[in-house]
Amino acid sequence: MKLDARIPSGPIEDAWAKACFDMKLVNPANKRKHSLIVVGSGLAGGAAAASLGELGYNVKCFCFQDSPRRAHSIAAQGGINAAKNYPNDGESVFRLFYDTVKGGDFRAREANVYRLAQISGKIIDQCVAQGVPFAREYGGSLANRSFGGAQVSRTFYARGQTGQQLLLGAYQALERQVQAGSVTMIPRTEMLDLIVVDEQARGIVARNLITGEFSVHIADAVILASGGYSNVYYLSTNAKGSNVTASWRAYKRGALFANPCFTQIHPTCIPVSGDYQSKLTLMSESLRNDGRIWVPKKKGDPRPPNEIPEEERDYYLERRYPSFGNLVPRDVASRNAKAMCDEGYGVGKSGLGVYLDFSESIHRLGEKTVRERYGNLFDMYQRITDENPYKTPMRIYPAIHYTMGGLWVDYQLQSNIPGLFVLGEANFSDHGANRLGASALMQGLSDGYFIIPYTVGNYLASNKFAKVEESNPAVQEAVTAVKTKIDKLLSIKGHRTVDSFHRELGKLVWDYCGMARTAEGLEIAIQKIRALREDYWQNVTVPGSGNDLNESLEKAGRVADFFELAELMCIDALSRNESCGGHFREEYQTADGEAQRDDEHYSYVAAWGYNGPGVAPELIKEPLTFEYVHPSQRSYK
Amino acid sequence: MKLTLKIWRQKNRNEKGAFIKYLMDDVDPEMSILECLDVLNESLILRGEVPVAFEHDCREGICGSCGFVINGVAHGPERGTTACQLTMRHFKDGDELTLEPWRAKAFPLVKDLVVNRRALDHIIQAGGYVSVSTGQAPEGNNLPVGKEVADQSMDAAACIGCGACVAACPNASAALFTGAKITHLGVLPQGEPERERRALSMVAQMNAEAFGNCTSIGECTGVCPKEIPLDVIANMNRDYVCASFKRRDELPTPVAPVLQRT
Repeated sequence: MKLDARIPSGPIEDAWAKACFDMKLVNPANKRKHSLIVVGSGLAGGAAAASLGELGYNVKCFCFQDSPRRAHSIAAQGGINAAKNYPNDGESVFRLFYDTVKGGDFRAREANVYRLAQISGKIIDQCVAQGVPFAREYGGSLANRSFGGAQVSRTFYARGQTGQQLLLGAYQALERQVQAGSVTMIPRTEMLDLIVVDEQARGIVARNLITGEFSVHIADAVILASGGYSNVYYLSTNAKGSNVTASWRAYKRGALFANPCFTQIHPTCIPVSGDYQSKLTLMSESLRNDGRIWVPKKKGDPRPPNEIPEEERDYYLERRYPSFGNLVPRDVASRNAKAMCDEGYGVGKSGLGVYLDFSESIHRLGEKTVRERYGNLFDMYQRITDENPYKTPMRIYPAIHYTMGGLWVDYQLQSNIPGLFVLGEANFSDHGANRLGASALMQGLSDGYFIIPYTVGNYLASNKFAKVEESNPAVQEAVTAVKTKIDKLLSIKGHRTVDSFHRELGKLVWDYCGMARTAEGLEIAIQKIRALREDYWQNVTVPGSGNDLNESLEKAGRVADFFELAELMCIDALSRNESCGGHFREEYQTADGEAQRDDEHYSYVAAWGYNGPGVAPELIKEPLTFEYVHPSQRSYK
Repeated sequence: MKLTLKIWRQKNRNEKGAFIKYLMDDVDPEMSILECLDVLNESLILRGEVPVAFEHDCREGICGSCGFVINGVAHGPERGTTACQLTMRHFKDGDELTLEPWRAKAFPLVKDLVVNRRALDHIIQAGGYVSVSTGQAPEGNNLPVGKEVADQSMDAAACIGCGACVAACPNASAALFTGAKITHLGVLPQGEPERERRALSMVAQMNAEAFGNCTSIGECTGVCPKEIPLDVIANMNRDYVCASFKRRDELPTPVAPVLQRT
């Protein structure tokens, strides 16, 4: 198979305008005759469902939560980037594009990223018009801040709850369309399979999580916006319900899964406190603007931090990266924290933590200023750890936070299955091997508000849609497959819980396919994951029945998919013999321990195709070319 | 530490529920109460029993999924804290905790500690938005919004829609929730054109659902994990009264309330 990304020819500045003009349009009167399915109600899905409803399409939107407002986009804290250049500090579409391509370590498609930067400003306009209460200056204009080490202030924010406010904007737009009758919202329902008829995506099989009933939904196109797969690691900053099932079932129906090993680790999370821990809590990385990161110079130093004198502290980021210091990018900060802990310098009960110390800032700026800047984060830290960060340094440790990989899509956000579109974190498209801070919200909304309304119309206007009945063999086969899987999970009645398997799987993936990877380790991991998966299908126990609310059963299906995804992540990581962005292969580093890319051999998107159970997946490469941003080695020294 | 959890168990809306006691003998003070329930559920599953159903998702206090009444207080004893962020160090060895679902007619029970809160979505559907379709927006800085106004709007917009306000109110009123959205949008210039219609429609839907009336008791703001101030209800009442007079010929038509659908 050869992949065609359908990138318009000509200058990159005009590519999106040209693509829009070349797209076929659906007659306004015909729009309501087309039905569309949107899976997921976060920034990408919610924005898409609302915008498509506004255009007059007949939309069904699904989410597994009790309300579309719960989608995990809500938890994003820091902000959303846009190339507005309000602060007059040198920002431009080209600079946002350049920074994103470079930050992604040259593993993203240039044309997609350029479009993202072009659209970014319109997103802010749209959200402001919806009533999103962005931070303002006293004069009434929108406030900006610098975020994640960016040299310009391009980040818009609503206190520490930017994701929440943007999601509520999309949710309200969605509810407006529900009221108008153009969108039918179907909450507490999980997509369990994709229906492909005559090589077109034509619908989904879903399960009602309250009654256990299965239902078939047929449409002219299916839009997946079901988020990322960080929960394969069990402990992550994702919501407990976040899962890969919708994407994975599409993969098993033929959609390609691209760059699964590109996962992002966020450096400033609250460390794990015990075996019962269910998830990790992120602290905004803005903390690194004023906090200094250190560990004791003596291994396993038992003294409390305040009793360790200045000369016995190792401010290792400032030592190794004198020009960026504590503000090095996420992947670099995370890797260094892990290295210090692996060498035995870690702090806290578990030894898996480093100090983030504000005493110098408090001394310099005063407690009042520090409280104004970070008060809510300090309160959250204290609520969870019972330690006062004004008096004693915070303890932080990296955690999985975002997955750059996802289903492969072309420039029009369509997967290799015609009629299956993928938006937001669920696709692979814009962040390459590493995502910059405040770019996830931008991408989700760009895909949902401003790209899919055009591209899905083009698809609908260019194709014919025969009526698909529920009796169609493809539909019946999908329903039977889903039912069989659920029945199987309920019938095993083994002696281990779903969570205990998930924890063990997560630990494996974290140890071997987390912050640092080696060929040897990945080969071990693949064997261990397979063995554990075998055990899972023999020994898992799922209580209760399939016909009422049964969270264990929901989790059992999702964990089954995580097992398969975990193996593919390791296969992908093993095949990529280079280090780039979040993918750090220990064999490939520079003399001073930095990631070493291999552009000659690995400047491509690795898209994996499913070949059936027990058969090795097929690797299809989409070569990446860089005409506007010349690949260079990232350096933060 | 050792704790006794007395938990409301009810298979579904049609069957009778009851409190069941569970002894927990190794509770870590660092766990959240949801993690405590996770540990209990793991042991129940291994004993072949049905685990306790409770709602949760982000576990960082922002999605609004979680919440139940702990010893008579929605989300438990800590001010400004959702159940998922409530750690067990706030309880003592030997304590007995009573956990029960939000109890309100407008929130029909689903199972154990899980209730149906779709009525809140219906209130938003009725008018909790600015009617601006994608693409219609003017330049973001065209309309200045003073910092104080933006802050007031944000204070109200911080609502996470968990429903604790309804559960805590002796009348099971949704006034704090509805008032928060009316205030969030109503104080902004972007929300001004629809301000009256919004208040009329949202209040009509709130009344159509089985919520009680507000009698200014204030329990709602006391348990609100985001500490939404009580004056959002005053804003709602003011907008509603003005709108009822100025638009007295307009009768909003609420959608079918949750109770008629289940």
